[in-house]
Amino acid sequence: MSSRFVAFASIGRKTLPNQYDLIAAALIFAGLIALIHGTRGMVLPLEAPQSTISLDYANLPYYALRTALRMFAAIGASLIFTFLYATWAAKSRHAERFLIPILDILQSVPILGFLSFTVTFFLGLFPGSTLGAECAAIFAIFTSQAWNMAFSFYQSLRNVPEELEEVASSLMLSPWQRFWQLETPYAMPGLIWNTMMSMSGGWFFVVASEAISVGNTTVSLPGIGSYLALAIDHKRIDAVVAAILTMLLVIIIYDQLLFRPLVTFGGRFRVELSGGEQEERSWVVLLFRRTRWLRAIAAGPAQLFQRVALWRLELPVRTNLSPSGHRMKERILDVLSIGGGIIAGLWALWLVYRYVSAHLTLAELGVAVWLTFLTMLRVIALIALATLVWVPIGVLIGLNPRLAEKIQPLAQFLAAFPANVLFPIAVVAIVRFSLNPDIWLSFLIIFGTQWYILFNVVGGATAFPHDLREAASSFKVRGLDWWVMVMLPGIFPYYVTGALTASGGSWNASIVAEYVKWGNDTVQAHGIGAYIAAATAAGDYPKIVLGVAVMSVFVIFFNRILWRPLSRIAERRTRLS
Amino acid sequence: MLETRLKPLLEVKDVCQSYMTGSGETGALVLDNVSLSLKEGEIVGLLGRSGSGKSSLLRIISGLATPVSGTVTFRGEPVHGPFDGVAMVFQSAALFPWLSVLANVELGLRAKKVQEREARERALRAIDLIGLDGFESAFPKELSGGMRQRVGFARALVVNPNILLMDEPFSALDVLTAETLRTDLLDLWVEGRMPIKSILMVTHNIEEAVLMCNRILLLSSNPGRLASEIQVNIPHPRNRLAPEFRQLVDKIYALMTKRPEPVAREGSFPGLGIGMALPEVSTNTLAGLLETLAGPQFKGRADLPALADELGMAIDDLFPMTETLQLLRFAEVAEGDIKLTAAGLRFAEAEVDARKKLFGDHLLAYVPLAARIRSVLDERPSHSARKARFLEELEDYMSDDYAEETLKSVIDWGRYGELFAYDETSETFSLENPT
Repeated sequence: MSSRFVAFASIGRKTLPNQYDLIAAALIFAGLIALIHGTRGMVLPLEAPQSTISLDYANLPYYALRTALRMFAAIGASLIFTFLYATWAAKSRHAERFLIPILDILQSVPILGFLSFTVTFFLGLFPGSTLGAECAAIFAIFTSQAWNMAFSFYQSLRNVPEELEEVASSLMLSPWQRFWQLETPYAMPGLIWNTMMSMSGGWFFVVASEAISVGNTTVSLPGIGSYLALAIDHKRIDAVVAAILTMLLVIIIYDQLLFRPLVTFGGRFRVELSGGEQEERSWVVLLFRRTRWLRAIAAGPAQLFQRVALWRLELPVRTNLSPSGHRMKERILDVLSIGGGIIAGLWALWLVYRYVSAHLTLAELGVAVWLTFLTMLRVIALIALATLVWVPIGVLIGLNPRLAEKIQPLAQFLAAFPANVLFPIAVVAIVRFSLNPDIWLSFLIIFGTQWYILFNVVGGATAFPHDLREAASSFKVRGLDWWVMVMLPGIFPYYVTGALTASGGSWNASIVAEYVKWGNDTVQAHGIGAYIAAATAAGDYPKIVLGVAVMSVFVIFFNRILWRPLSRIAERRTRLS
Repeated sequence: MLETRLKPLLEVKDVCQSYMTGSGETGALVLDNVSLSLKEGEIVGLLGRSGSGKSSLLRIISGLATPVSGTVTFRGEPVHGPFDGVAMVFQSAALFPWLSVLANVELGLRAKKVQEREARERALRAIDLIGLDGFESAFPKELSGGMRQRVGFARALVVNPNILLMDEPFSALDVLTAETLRTDLLDLWVEGRMPIKSILMVTHNIEEAVLMCNRILLLSSNPGRLASEIQVNIPHPRNRLAPEFRQLVDKIYALMTKRPEPVAREGSFPGLGIGMALPEVSTNTLAGLLETLAGPQFKGRADLPALADELGMAIDDLFPMTETLQLLRFAEVAEGDIKLTAAGLRFAEAEVDARKKLFGDHLLAYVPLAARIRSVLDERPSHSARKARFLEELEDYMSDDYAEETLKSVIDWGRYGELFAYDETSETFSLENPT
């Protein structure tokens, strides 16, 4: 009798919601309400939206919400793109031949330069509705994230351990089941990490793409970016500060509610079977794990997903070709795909040539190349400078685990913070003290991207094997020798990763950073970024195309000549495994 | 009833398999006309050293790989691709790390649309049978190697296969864990508590084969051929120390080291001359082995099982070493024995520099690839050559992987014997630093 009562009581306790449910439910409902409120604004008619922006502080939460929603829409689109594009590339040898080089080039193209085109395109697509401008902004963010994510997913799909593949075959999983049970879970940690990093970069683009003027068309969507642009126009430094603070808050919330929980979740899919790796912690995940009702509610969708993942979804049986017939089919597809690709490529090249040559002279090309060269010098000098500053500091932080634990999230956070929000302050300083823009604007290029170097170096120094450090100290390796022989080679792969990201981001940032405004004052440096920005403001399309094309070519060469070989050296010579 | 018993469950007929060479064409044979059959109620072992194609054969039988020629039939039906009726246990367990033990075991059933409740019941039964009760909700990360392999067994057994295929399932485990798992599995088999009718296992461990199998099929290496078939008629449980057990182990060692027919071959590695595939054996290991053999315990001559026992090695580790010694004429191997040559004894007693000199001389004399590299370097005015030059030459004879491995071994040996220098960054051979 008594045992029965105990059983009953324990069942009762289990079914009641607990205090954690309450907190979690509050969070979720607040999120839902925000979502509904925000999305309603996205489809409003386009009644001169620039007049609707106001510098009233009370509007900031709403603007922040709209900015964040744009971000999530873009990440959703990027995820869909990733799953389709990367899967196609990984599964089809013929498609792979083109999809991957295209992705590689897209990764190096400065997307901000194309903003003017996409804005006109999307405005034409949804005439009279805010949706067109929204789509353009979302597309800009999308282009800053999708390539990276697709690349990571593709690489994971190609590197699924062979033994697990064999297990999947011997369990006779259908292609659909194999994709959801093996390939996607395997790709999860990489995809999550890349998504999060891309999203960090995305804040920069969201701010840059909300308020755009292309020639006579001016679009400004309700959001922090537009608020900031208006504050700049009105020379309201207090509003700039308010925008910065709001952005800070938004990123903290994003970091706590999304980034950390997702990384924690992704840890589950890691293949290394040793339990030694330190698990990421997140209070949101802890909160969720302690809730009862919420977990029960979440179990429904989880089960539905499981069920869908177990569909067999087999394609109707294809005609079974004999081996020689199969070879023949592959041959034909080879010829078709290569031939088609070459023709498409030549055609595209001709189109670009015709467009640019109709409007521009060779001298203009010379100018663009020279300006790109200047920007390249700027990028190189600043990466070098950031290296000199942050590598020693990063190493010292990384060697002190307790300090590293605190600094690491901070550096990741700073990398996510859109540096362009801070630009006005720098401009005020440059105008006030009449500084040389060619030198002082340069710092803005690296401002947002230097943190990638810092947190990668910290990560590298933290991972540096303890016994190697002890060996170095027992042989009394000190001073310069210690840096050159011990530490720098040890963190080299991490540094290369960080510097590569930083340099990519810097090229993009140059478009915003070399051409900045404060009210009616325009401060401009000599560089391809300023060239593109000025052409955009003037609505001079051929110049935009030329600028972006020359810059892309430089970036691609820069990557091939500098970063690729460096990564290869890092991979072969200094990887500590 | 008697008829179905006698009829083979599975038949392999004249199966051939080849490597793909570097240029993508079919290259050297891995399996050469292998035929075998599997009857109900027996455990059959495929025993061979690495390069005998035993794992390839297992993958062909399971339908994971397609042979170049020959057929596999299961109950009279030809096999194309994975089929119901067999289940495989992998060397490294190969569990999905993101699924719990229960979900890992269930997956095969759920994928085949077995009802959720039935799948759960059968999975729980399999987990129970294999001794994993209480670990259902654990994730593979949390389990030891032995426990993981048990999950691998449960996953294979849950689909009620007729034949259980095992690819060296104990070789990744430590000695004690492996022994426990073997005995547990044998107990289940002898007591008939597993739903399976027959087991086919790949192994390179002679004692393991003798301990578990009713029949052992010996595969020769390069290409893999069926060399001999040994019946094991000792009743279970078998005692490793029993004289008949030891005799059988010795006999298999002798069979596996039988001197090859006197054809014009250099040692027992596949290929001739430049195209000889060489195993990755470090010079340190070779020196250590020579010292051990020359030492007071063996006095220059050893019984291979005893040597393997002394060194705690399986044949897969031991044979490449003994064969390298044989190739370099530091030892002779025959009929399960290894005997040092005069040069081998001299090596064991020499100082470091003299050892290197001796090793270099033998390398030049007996390893054609080393001689080729040296002569190319001597002839060229620059005294240097790119690695790719030799790699391409090797790839005419063997697969990419083997070419890499062979060249890596020769680089290691050549550096030790100071025949040439090699720079990893520029991937070039030169004559520079050794003077």
